[in-house]
Amino acid sequence: MNNFAYSRAADVADAVRQIAADRNAKFIAGGTNLIDLMKYDVERPVRLIDITRLPLRAVEETRDGGVRVGALVPNSDLAYHPLIEARYPLLASAILAGASAQLRNMASTGGNLLQRTRCLYFYDTATPCNKREPGSGCSAINGINRTNAILGTSEACIATHPSDMCVALAALEATVHVAGPSGERCIDFADFHRLPGDTPDRDTNLESQEIITAIELPAKGFAENHSYLKIRDRLSYAFALVSVAAALEINGGRIRDARLALGGVAHKPWRDREAEALLQGAVPERTVFAKAADRLLRDAKGYAHNAFKIDLARRAIIRTLAQAANATPQIQSVKKIR
Amino acid sequence: MTSSIGTATSRVDGRAKVTGRAKYAGEFNVPGLAYGAVVMSTITKGRIARIDTTQALKVEGVIDILTHDNRPPMASDDKDYSDDVAPEGGSPFRPLYDDRIRFNRQPIALVLAEDWETARFAATLVQVHYEVEGFATDLHAELERARAVDKPVKPRGDASKALARAALRLSADYLIPAEYHNPMEPFAATVIWDGDGKLTIHDKTQGVQNVQRYVCGIFHLKPDDVRVTSPFVGGAFGSGLRPQYEVVLATLGALKLKRPVRVVLTREEMYGLSYRPMTLERLALGASAEGALDAVMHEAIAMTSRNEDFSRNDTAWAELLYKSSNARYVHKLAALDVVTPADMRAPGAATGVYALECAMDELAVALKLDPLELRLRCYSERDQGSGQPYSSKQLRECYRQGAEAFGWAKRNAAPRSMRDGSELVGWGMATGVWEALQMPFATRILLTANGHVEVSCAATDIGTGTYTVMAQVAADMLGAPVDSITVKLGDSSLPQAQVEGGSWTAASVAHAIANAADDLRKELLALAQTMPNSPLQGLKLDDVVLADGAIAAKGDTRRSIGLADVMRQAGVERIEKERGSDFKEDDKHAHNTHSAVLAEVKVDEELGVIRVTRVVNAVAAGRIINTKTATSQIMGGVVWGIGMALHEEALVDHAFGRVMNANIAEYHVPVNADIHEVKVIFVEEPDSVINPLGIKGVGEIGIVGVAAAVANAVYHATGTRVRDLPITLDKLARPTGSGDLELGQSRAAKQ
Amino acid sequence: MGSSIGAAGSRSESQAKPAAISITLTVNGESRTLSVAPWTTLLDLLRDRLDLTGTKKGCDHGQCGACTVLLDGRRVTSCLTLAVMKDGAEIVTIEGLANGDADALHPLQKAFIEHDAFQCGYCTPGQICSAAGLIAEGRAKTADDIRELMSGNICRCGAYPNIVAAIQEAMDAMGGRR
Repeated sequence: MNNFAYSRAADVADAVRQIAADRNAKFIAGGTNLIDLMKYDVERPVRLIDITRLPLRAVEETRDGGVRVGALVPNSDLAYHPLIEARYPLLASAILAGASAQLRNMASTGGNLLQRTRCLYFYDTATPCNKREPGSGCSAINGINRTNAILGTSEACIATHPSDMCVALAALEATVHVAGPSGERCIDFADFHRLPGDTPDRDTNLESQEIITAIELPAKGFAENHSYLKIRDRLSYAFALVSVAAALEINGGRIRDARLALGGVAHKPWRDREAEALLQGAVPERTVFAKAADRLLRDAKGYAHNAFKIDLARRAIIRTLAQAANATPQIQSVKKIR
Repeated sequence: MTSSIGTATSRVDGRAKVTGRAKYAGEFNVPGLAYGAVVMSTITKGRIARIDTTQALKVEGVIDILTHDNRPPMASDDKDYSDDVAPEGGSPFRPLYDDRIRFNRQPIALVLAEDWETARFAATLVQVHYEVEGFATDLHAELERARAVDKPVKPRGDASKALARAALRLSADYLIPAEYHNPMEPFAATVIWDGDGKLTIHDKTQGVQNVQRYVCGIFHLKPDDVRVTSPFVGGAFGSGLRPQYEVVLATLGALKLKRPVRVVLTREEMYGLSYRPMTLERLALGASAEGALDAVMHEAIAMTSRNEDFSRNDTAWAELLYKSSNARYVHKLAALDVVTPADMRAPGAATGVYALECAMDELAVALKLDPLELRLRCYSERDQGSGQPYSSKQLRECYRQGAEAFGWAKRNAAPRSMRDGSELVGWGMATGVWEALQMPFATRILLTANGHVEVSCAATDIGTGTYTVMAQVAADMLGAPVDSITVKLGDSSLPQAQVEGGSWTAASVAHAIANAADDLRKELLALAQTMPNSPLQGLKLDDVVLADGAIAAKGDTRRSIGLADVMRQAGVERIEKERGSDFKEDDKHAHNTHSAVLAEVKVDEELGVIRVTRVVNAVAAGRIINTKTATSQIMGGVVWGIGMALHEEALVDHAFGRVMNANIAEYHVPVNADIHEVKVIFVEEPDSVINPLGIKGVGEIGIVGVAAAVANAVYHATGTRVRDLPITLDKLARPTGSGDLELGQSRAAKQ
Repeated sequence: MGSSIGAAGSRSESQAKPAAISITLTVNGESRTLSVAPWTTLLDLLRDRLDLTGTKKGCDHGQCGACTVLLDGRRVTSCLTLAVMKDGAEIVTIEGLANGDADALHPLQKAFIEHDAFQCGYCTPGQICSAAGLIAEGRAKTADDIRELMSGNICRCGAYPNIVAAIQEAMDAMGGRR
């Protein structure tokens, strides 16, 4: 860990002022990923700006029936918040599928979005990695890539985004509120994370001088028909090989609205509107789910060790959609898959 | 007075552990402590051309940086680096000795600073220039170059011929990847420079006297000048049998700075230490249609380092378990550019028996026999290598009690025949076997006139319950309550001990205590008989017992004198007796522990997610001193076996020669959610032959067979045989005949 | 044979130690004002500066849970917590769990001994503090819930079934006390 300076931000404007003054500074809130990476010498900020005193801890209803979540709300508080449990159980479930109880107590809502990849090479400074050292090469493409991406990869990077919460946020079409030197703006969740392309060092479209202030959930929460299913190498406390967030609106025996997002397969939570469109208007049954899965995975590309993810993702999509359709969402503490 | 041996006594060190008062090696905070941070090599093979410490030395608070260029003197002979557990004839690794890089993550510099954070930061500023050489780290690429090592187990009959003639032949290859011990406590040493050339070393180790001799050898110090302690060890599982490099680095630092130095390894650095070697196990079994084994051929090919040949008995376990008149065993080693592998929980057996017991399962399937029935048909009453009977072997009873507790009779033999909704249910079983070893240990009993007893030994308790079982044995021998006894362990100045390993400590220390207690009773009797009107007049040693704080005639407690009275009358404040375990060599029997492991898995049919829902482990291991701690030992072994079957694997990128999941998030060990019902049964196994108390030890037997039982259960559930561990869900989805084909060729052929 | 440069590569940053900051923490009921460098984690502060070595360092990366303490009543991994960020916080470690009474045992500590919910003891303080947090959270109703919500605490000795039994007993003994 390098010898960074430390300062506290008094309010959002102060935070933005401080980060603008120091190109190599970083915000810190929960710290669960940043301090981890600093100990591996992967992140080396010259200054940490402590934003934990900013007034961004509210979970409140919005005028148009949604919910606005302050960026500093801890993951566990969000998962267990009555508004979230009642109206966005998909989000609650996804949060509880991630990390451990301790880390969920520490990690912030905004920070969860900014988690960096768990690609083995990104974490190891002894190996080349384009995300860590642009231009050094990607070790994973021809290396150990069992956990890497199958969708949206590039020649430069096949890393995945590790968050569970973000998969649900993508499905729910949340909006990210940010503040910067030129004021506030909103970013659609689908536009927040990036694909690696030839700039894998950039995970998101957040500008370097911006701060996340809130996540806004639209009114529609899919509380009736949803499920978050996470497949991993042990039954808890492991990153997803594949995870699926499914949210359906079913009316009169037909799917009126469908959302499908995948984790563990791409550099960002993966959504495919065409796949979702195949579900819309259909009777919820496995053949339709399979069609949607095939559409979503049509461009999937496997590498030496992760090709299994394509078929696994297909099966997981079908299963999760069935769980959602049957209103039998996966319960994270119960390991039998429903 | 009731016996403490055989009861479920809570750990005597429990309070220290649950209150945080138990001090581990890296927790001795002493004034003037300097903190060390290790710099590791990032290449696998070559030499250090130059180490530039300029930037690092500029960091305020950095005291010194040790490298091979500027370290204090170290011995130059291999023998000085050897230790009790080192492979014979090798050249042990010497930390910071020279410019050679022999493996990835080799320690190459030690930054010493006033605090840990400063040392850690400065370590990132050390620049190392290497000359890189080509290397080999992939066992699969080196199989052809593997050399056979001498093994004591001789072939019997003509296995090849018998195999060729067998009615049914099965051959299959199994693979166990490199696995890391990952004890929760990182390796750590605090070395205190006492000012007059003496060192006190708090080290994480399974053998304080082994470390003492090792440090004395490397630094040419006198044993009297080096004291090593390890009162509490946060898990080791074999990784602490040999001295690890943290103790060398911390000692180098203390000698250089002439002040106390602590080195605590990071989790990543622990992947530059030892591990269970990747091993390819090739099994061939020939059987009659009735399930009699005609031939057993077991070949193991394991990795080792270029500087030492590490191997354990992987191949000859069928000798002990199954009748077969023809057998052949071969053990080969492939030398790689890696650090030397080491013992890890039931070394050799965890791996070799995994392969044997999966092969037996495959044979049972081919024979259309219940796998448990096949074991019974092949059951051996003798060690076929030596032809000797067992001192005791209640394996049959393990099968019976295990099967009954599990409900094995309800098993439907056909794969994929049992389900629970969306899950396929699989029931698998396997046999476990380990050696019942005993070693020379000495213990000292100190009785003071106030009735307090202290029992001491240089042995270590690595979580095995040694503190507790020693207190129990002493309590019974001295007729005193367990809580009146203090046990001191983990100090090289205490009576002689071997390293804590191989499941031999309980039997060994128990008998050393019994012997010392005999001497103590003898002296107390002599003192008591000098008292006027002694009620014990005329009694011999065997006629008296120690009970309830008194020495008394056997069967007549009215003839007794309180120990305090005896000692006061004699004017003796303390009596101290030290004795060794002094076992009689029994070369007429085989000495082993056995187990029957039965496992239930549930596998999601669509997704391949595997859950181990139940395990029964029925163990025959002689007399159990403490049913509570012994149950925990076996339970822990089961958890390890589940991890071995489903989770554990070091992922090595052979382009770099580097373990890429060198942490405890991506190197998966079981977490709480992975473990459900574990039932441990201890089968009665009286054994008056092995030693007077009939003790065998339980540290290793708990893991043996578990991975096979789980793997066999997964096969039973799914109909898919995965032979290369760990069984991850992607392997279940592998197209048949691909993927595992090169490693896991299997065919059952009928003649 | 080629050449390679390892470790840091070229760096331009300064070698100065970061300036220490004064913070006040309540540790096991006792208020402590400390001058702490920003890079000091709560874990290292407890172990190296305050000699509270009951809190364990197992991985130093939030992967094992051995360093779990209660921070303002919530379980957190102290290895990923910078001490300077917790100015004013209340910390309870294993040493202070039984209300600072050196001879008393918390119901969890008693239950862990009784159920032999540990072997080497190194993960134990973290397990117990984590379990205290779990009970305070009030979310665990079933054994499955306990297993899931305790999965951030690795026990390499494999005492998990006994840990679950101990927590269940302590929960009962505490009568659902929050």
